[in-house]
Formats: sequence, C-alpha cells, structure tokens
Amino acid sequence: MFNHLLSLLIWLPIIGAVPVLLAGSGRPNAARWLALLFMVLTFVVSLFLLPQYNATAGGMQLVESHVWIASLGVHYGLAVDGISVALIVLTTIVGILVVVGAWEVIKVNTHQYMAAMLVLEGLMIGVFCATDALLFYVFFEAMLIPMFILIGVWGGPRRVYATLKFFIYTFLGSVFMLIALMYLYERSGTFDMHVWASLPLTMKEQTWLFFGFLIAFAIKVPMVPVHTWLPDAHVEAPTGGSVVLAAVMLKVGTYGMLRFILPIVPDAGEHFTWLIVVLSLIAIIYIGYVALVQEDMKKLVAYSSIAHMGFVTLGIFIAFMLIRHDGNVDAARLGMQGAMVQMISHGFVSGAMFTCIGVMYDRLHTRLIKDYGGLINVMPWFGFFYVLFAMANCGLPGTSGFVGEFMVILASFSANPWIGLFAAFTLIIGAGYTLWLVKRVLWGQITNPHVAEMKEINGRETFVLAAFAALVLFIGIWPEPLVHLMDSSVTQLVQQLAVHKI
Amino acid sequence: MPTFNDILVLLPEFYLVAAACLLLLLDAFMKPEQRGVLHWISIAVLLVAIYLVIAGQPPETVTAFGGMFVRDRAAEILKVFSLLSVVLVFIYSRPYLVDRKLFQGEFYTVMIFAVIGVMLLVSAGNLVMIYLGLELLTLSSYGLVALNRDSPLSSEAAMKYFVLGALSSGMLLYGMSMVYGAAGTLDLAALHGATAHAGMPHLMLFGLIFMLVGIAFKLGAAPFHMWIPDVYQGASTPVTTFIASASKLAAFGMAYRLLEGGMADLAHYWQPMLAVIAVLSMAIGNLVAIVQTNLKRMLAYSTISHMGYLIIGLVNAGPEGYSAAMFYAISYALMATAAFGVILALARAGFECEEIDDFKGLNQRSPWMAFLMMLAMFSLAGVPPLYGFFAKYLVLQAAIDAHMLWLAIVGVVFAIIGLYYYLRVVKMMYFDKAEEGVLTKLQPDATLRVVLSLNALVLVALGIYWGPLLGWCKQAFVG
Repeated sequence: MFNHLLSLLIWLPIIGAVPVLLAGSGRPNAARWLALLFMVLTFVVSLFLLPQYNATAGGMQLVESHVWIASLGVHYGLAVDGISVALIVLTTIVGILVVVGAWEVIKVNTHQYMAAMLVLEGLMIGVFCATDALLFYVFFEAMLIPMFILIGVWGGPRRVYATLKFFIYTFLGSVFMLIALMYLYERSGTFDMHVWASLPLTMKEQTWLFFGFLIAFAIKVPMVPVHTWLPDAHVEAPTGGSVVLAAVMLKVGTYGMLRFILPIVPDAGEHFTWLIVVLSLIAIIYIGYVALVQEDMKKLVAYSSIAHMGFVTLGIFIAFMLIRHDGNVDAARLGMQGAMVQMISHGFVSGAMFTCIGVMYDRLHTRLIKDYGGLINVMPWFGFFYVLFAMANCGLPGTSGFVGEFMVILASFSANPWIGLFAAFTLIIGAGYTLWLVKRVLWGQITNPHVAEMKEINGRETFVLAAFAALVLFIGIWPEPLVHLMDSSVTQLVQQLAVHKI
Repeated sequence: MPTFNDILVLLPEFYLVAAACLLLLLDAFMKPEQRGVLHWISIAVLLVAIYLVIAGQPPETVTAFGGMFVRDRAAEILKVFSLLSVVLVFIYSRPYLVDRKLFQGEFYTVMIFAVIGVMLLVSAGNLVMIYLGLELLTLSSYGLVALNRDSPLSSEAAMKYFVLGALSSGMLLYGMSMVYGAAGTLDLAALHGATAHAGMPHLMLFGLIFMLVGIAFKLGAAPFHMWIPDVYQGASTPVTTFIASASKLAAFGMAYRLLEGGMADLAHYWQPMLAVIAVLSMAIGNLVAIVQTNLKRMLAYSTISHMGYLIIGLVNAGPEGYSAAMFYAISYALMATAAFGVILALARAGFECEEIDDFKGLNQRSPWMAFLMMLAMFSLAGVPPLYGFFAKYLVLQAAIDAHMLWLAIVGVVFAIIGLYYYLRVVKMMYFDKAEEGVLTKLQPDATLRVVLSLNALVLVALGIYWGPLLGWCKQAFVG
C-alpha cells in the first residue's frame, strides 16, 4: 500500500509552487492554470484520505515516521485522526476556491501570488498532520512567511502596518511555545507528542507550559484580548488572503489547543478552564457588540470571526468542566464535537463572507457599508448568496452555522446554565450585526450612483459562491458524515481529559 | 626538533603559506589585464587547501610541535568552513573590485594570509599559538579594511579597528601573562589540569577576566562591540563579508580553545560572565539595529546580536553547548556571506547599494535577487524552516540544558525584537515601489549569480535537512 499519502499532500502544493514561479510575470495565465492544476490535484489526493482513514477505529492513522535529525531524536512524523482529516479537506477545498477567486483579480505578479498560496496550503496541511512537535512548530511558523508576503504585496493601503503587526504578533506568541517545547524535550528526551501525552508533570510545570502554549494558540485563534492583529490583517489582506486566514489559519490555533493543551497539560487546563470560558464569553458577547458598530464590512466579518472562534474555545474547554466536575462524558463529547463542527463550518462561512466582500470590492473599490445600499436591485444572484451566507453566519437552522453553535450551547447548559445563557446571546447579537449588514448593503434604494452600474457576478464568481453555498447547506442539513468522521477522535480526546497526570 | 610528522600535520597550513608567497610573486610579474587568472588561481589554491584539510584528517586528535598545534575534528570543521567562506568572498567580490579599481593581487594574498591566521588560531594548543594566529588574522584584517585607501571612511574604519584591536590584543596578552604566572605553563592541555589547584587562584581569575575581554572583542560581543559597526560600514563590502564570516568562525574557535581547552575547570566563573555578555549583546545588537538606515551597519548590529546567541551556546560549557555554538557560527557565516553577497551582486561603480532604501522595489527589478535576500533575512531572523532557526533553536536548547531557562527566555524575547528590522528589509524589497532613477542593471557575472544562489538555497536545504551537519558538530566535541 502506498503509505506516503500525507507527505504527498504536503509537498505536492509546495513543489507545485516552483513551476508556477517559473511561469514568470509575463505569463500570468500559465501561472493561474498551473496553480489551479496543483490545487485540484491536492484536493483529489486529499479525497483519498476519506476512504483510507478508518473513522470507526479512530486514533492516529496513516502513520509516517522517518528519523529527521538522528542526534536529537527528531522525527519527520505524520499521522492523522478524524479531526485532521476534516481540516485537511477543508484546506484543500478552500485552496481551489481561493485560486479561482483570485483569477482576474490579482493582476500584478500573479505568479508570485499563486506560488505563495500553494506554499501556504502545503504548510497548513503539514500543521494538521505533524505528530512531532518540532515538525509541527516548523510548519506553524513557516506559514507566516507566505502570509506576510500575501498581505504585504497585494494588500490594501495600510498593508505594511497590518502585515508587520500580524507577523510580529504571531511570532511573539509562538516563541514562548518554542520554549515550552524545548522544556518538554529536556524532560522527556523526545519530540513525540504521543509520548508527551503520558508524561507525568507537576502542577507547577503544567501551569507554565499551559501558559506557554496558550499564548501561542490564543494569538492564533485569536482570543480576547490578543485579537487586535486580526481586524487589521483582514482589512488590509487581499480577498484570497482573508479567506485563507479566516477559513484555515485561525483553526490552526484551536487545533493546536487540541493537540498540545488537552493531552499534555490537562490538569492545568482544568485549573484554568474558568479563564478560557470567561475569555470565550467575552469574545462571544463583547466582540459581537464591537462587530455591530463597524463601518467597514471586512472589519465586521473579522470581528464576527473572533466571536465565532469564541464558540470553538468554549466548546473545547467546557468539556474539561463537564468531565472533571460532573463526569458527564456525553455532554463533554457534545461540546467538543460542537467545537469541531463549528471549526469546519466557520471555515466555509467566513471564507464565503470574505469572498462576497471581495466581489463587491472588485466592483466599487470600497469596503465601507455606507457606500453601498440597494445592491439587490442590480445583483440579484449575488444577493441570494449573500443572504444565504449571512444566515449561516448568524446560525440559522439548516445552515452549517447552526449545528456547531447549538451543540456547544447545549453542552454549556449542562455544565452551567449561566454559561449557556451567555453563550446563547450570540443568537441575538450575531443576528443583529449580520442582518443589519445585509439591510444596509443589499436592501433599500440605490443612493450611490456607482452602485447602479455594478455588474452581476460572472460565471467564475458564481462557481466560487455556489461551492461555498453547497458546503454550508450540506453540513447544515446533513452533518452526520462530518460528525461521524470526527466522532471516535473526539471520544478519545475526551477520554484523555479524564486522566490526571500529577 | 620538529619531525617530518609534525610538518605533515600542518600540511594544509604550510601549503597555504607557500601558495600565498607564490601568488605574491606571480602578481609582481603579471600584467594588470591578466589578473583574472590570479583570481581563479587563488580560488583553486583554497579549494586544494580544503581538500588537504579533509583528506589529511587524522582518525583521532593529533598534536604537533610539542602540543603547540592541535589537529582535531573541531578544528577541521572550522577550517573547512573558513576556507569555504573565503572562496565565496573571492567569487562575490571580483566585479566589485574591478569596478572600483581595487582588483589587485594584494587583496588575494592578504586574504589568504588572514585565513592562515584563522587556521592556526582554531588549531592552537598553546597560549602563544593563540596569540600568533590571532595577530596574523587581525594584522591582515587591518590591511584589508584599509584596502580602499582613497576612501576616508575606510581609513577611519581601519584606524579604529587597529587602535581597538591592539588594545584588545594587549588585554588578551596581559591576561595570558597572569595565567602563566599563576599556573606556570602556556600549554592549554597542561593548563586544563592546573587551573583548579593553581597556587594563586586570584591571579588566575584575574587573567581569565582579561582573556574573556579579548574573546568578547574578537567576537564583537557587547560591551566590546564598538568597532563592529564602523568597520562593517567603512570597510569595502568584500572585506566586511570576510570579517562577518571566516573571522567569526575563528573567534568561536579561539573561545573554544581558551575556555574549554584551558579554563574548563573555572567554568563556574566564566559561565555567568558570558551570560551577561550574551544578554548585553542581544539587547544592544537588536535594539540599535532597528534605527539603522545603512544596511551594512544594520547587519553589523545584527552580528552583535548573533554573537550573543552564539555565546549562549558557550555558556552551556558542555559538548551540547559547544556543538550548538559551532553550528551557530557556521550558520552565521553562511547567512552573512549570502546577505553580503546580494549587496555585492547589486553594487556597481559609484553605487554601493548599502542603504536599506536602495533595496526598495527590488522584487520588481530583480525578483530572484530579492528572493535570495529574503531567504537570508528570514534565516537571520530565525524563522523556520530556514537554517537560522535551527541554529537559534539549538543554542536555546543548550541554555535550557544548562538549567538557564531565563537565558532562553531572554533569547526569544530579543529574537522577536530583532525580527522587526529583518522584516523591514523584506518590506522594502517586496512591498515598496522602486524609486525613479534607481539603476536596474545587475552584475552580469554568471559565476557570482550561480554561487550566490547556491549559497542562499543552502540556507533552505540545511533548514530542511541539518542532521548530518549537526552530527559532525556533535562528533567534534564528544569523546
């Protein structure tokens, strides 16, 4: 059996970036088609994961392990569980849509844009596969370079500020994680995350390690109060950059929590659950209100992303509360599963929202809400998609946004009705900012004469939006395959939580 | 009496001395327009020297001339990389020297003499030998810095370098005399056993401190870093490249010989001193680099900070730490040659290309050069998957290994601060528009381009696969 599937997934897009770069600035079409070819190939390869991965058995599968640095015992170790598989497929789908979405939009240095996207894609898949902590860190950090270039070269007017802030902020978090990794290496003599999961650690050690990991992943998610880089980065990034950032890169933060905080420092995690729960609730409620008053559409969606990611962190950590205090395994699983579904769903919904904004921006070159109004009169098809994604964003049943949030709120209620109550606020606030956005942009009379001249979405844009719409509806109406894919992995994660390490 | 065997051990050094003298003669009889031949002969001479070092490598450590000269694995590795970096300097600097009418035989011979100094220094088994090697290296360097004698900036830099260098050599020598007074021997191996029970421990410590000053000066670590920015900026770029690469490898070799070879028993005294020097270097280097507008000066401050990281490896005072520090020195030499190589590739007659603003919009003018420079910058900043990250990682791991978690944390904090100025160069190249009137032509030298590309791509290759190199570094210090 061919057992290098994961390596192929990582390296195919990265190596594909070379011919795309060689196409040069003189042949943008060649670069586009090549990039699309490699994205589609990667997607097709990622589909092989679904039959190859045995969802019922769970655990880490498709293991690849080669000695990387013999004298340190570092391995090039890859493996996936259900959660990784779901995130990898999300990544490869988004990759295709981003390339198609940027087709005519990126006119300058197209080949470099496409190459950066391909490299980024490979690195993100690498993060979701790595079982060796040093390898994970390398992918985790290396992602910053293409993103830095993407925002800085093709971004908006304040792109330099935004991209420097993005890079330095994220780097700041991750170097503390590096210290934590080195400490664990000194303790255990290996970088194997599986070994670390059973490494006994005192409470003091766990506390330090917990905060080392937390600062890295909280910045990446981002959680309040270290979220301030995200609105800047989103506003200035090109559409494709925003889509990848919101759809996949933020998930790397919560994925890291699952892989590092939960299994390695569970006792510290339990001890500080209150902190994460409070921060998540602040993200859900306060950031929701912040989103309400935004005048820039991209900023609004960026803040709504933070609020939605609050659900993911809430779902993950509420499981601690349920398992350790009440011993309620079913509710804990429900919360964790909700968080996972929310991760995937938010990937599609936020990606779609940013694509919609990109479509409008390409026509009017403004992102301010007040410049729009009455768009439905000239772009009815676009309006259809926009309303659909807005509904998904505020969690309407039948869309993917509903499933995850509902599961997390249910689990929160069983942990503590107050937490559930506060979390449920999102249904009102989310509906508030999203519907108000739709009202101001789509409905009403056309006040800006330029809006009247806007053209309906073309075939390419329709394809991207329709693909997003299909996925949003699919998960919303029939979440069962997705839940089943991740089910045994979630169960194993929850079981691990119950184990004390002191 | 030296035996034939002694001479055999020193074969690469003897060979280089002879070759350098022959080159000098050759140059005297050569017409100026034939000088291109000299360039290639010099490169060939160095490549043969690399071959001699590798091929003649004894299976285990051997000494020659009564312990004066040590040929061990650590020395071999440092020699190979020093010679290699001088080869790179030669290849990168030819068009630069031709453009400025500095293309003379002296540059090649003096450079070869300097690298002989490096080779003697890293192989020294005796305090006198250390001093000899060091003087050969620094005297040649003074001359090289003053190579462009019509430039007031170069002359000023050479003068500063000479005065401060002489002062530090004096301190080193003074320290050595104290140590000799306390231990009664100049031989490093004999010192190794004598330091702990020296008759006059205070005198010994006194000597140690003065020797540390000499080491810190040679590395360019704060607070003995003052000469670095002026010399880097004032010297012509090829010479700066040499000082940033081979000279740093030599400084590491000297530190290793003195600290581990002679003073290992006093480690608990010099460890905290070096830790302070490391923190100061990282702080001053990284903070002052932020405000620089001249790229060579910025890289000078970046060197200071890098030496801080290298010293973290020395602080560990065990094989783990020395191998990490050596790995770091090699990585720094390769990164510095790549970064200065791009500057040399872009410079032309009347245009030094050394202001950071000169790099504005480089991606539009020459995407490949911009890409290579970006690799060098991200590697210097220590961003994975580039070589520089793993070098930083190893020294930080060595700090944790030595139970100095705080030093590792200080290290990463300054790495974040340092990130900014490297990113600024990338920003200039990629995000800014090229200014009107900036020349767009590149140096047409094909060898330069190919070798420079390889140099920068090695930073990626060694980032992805650095196991063997680390293995060699470890072998040099274990057992």
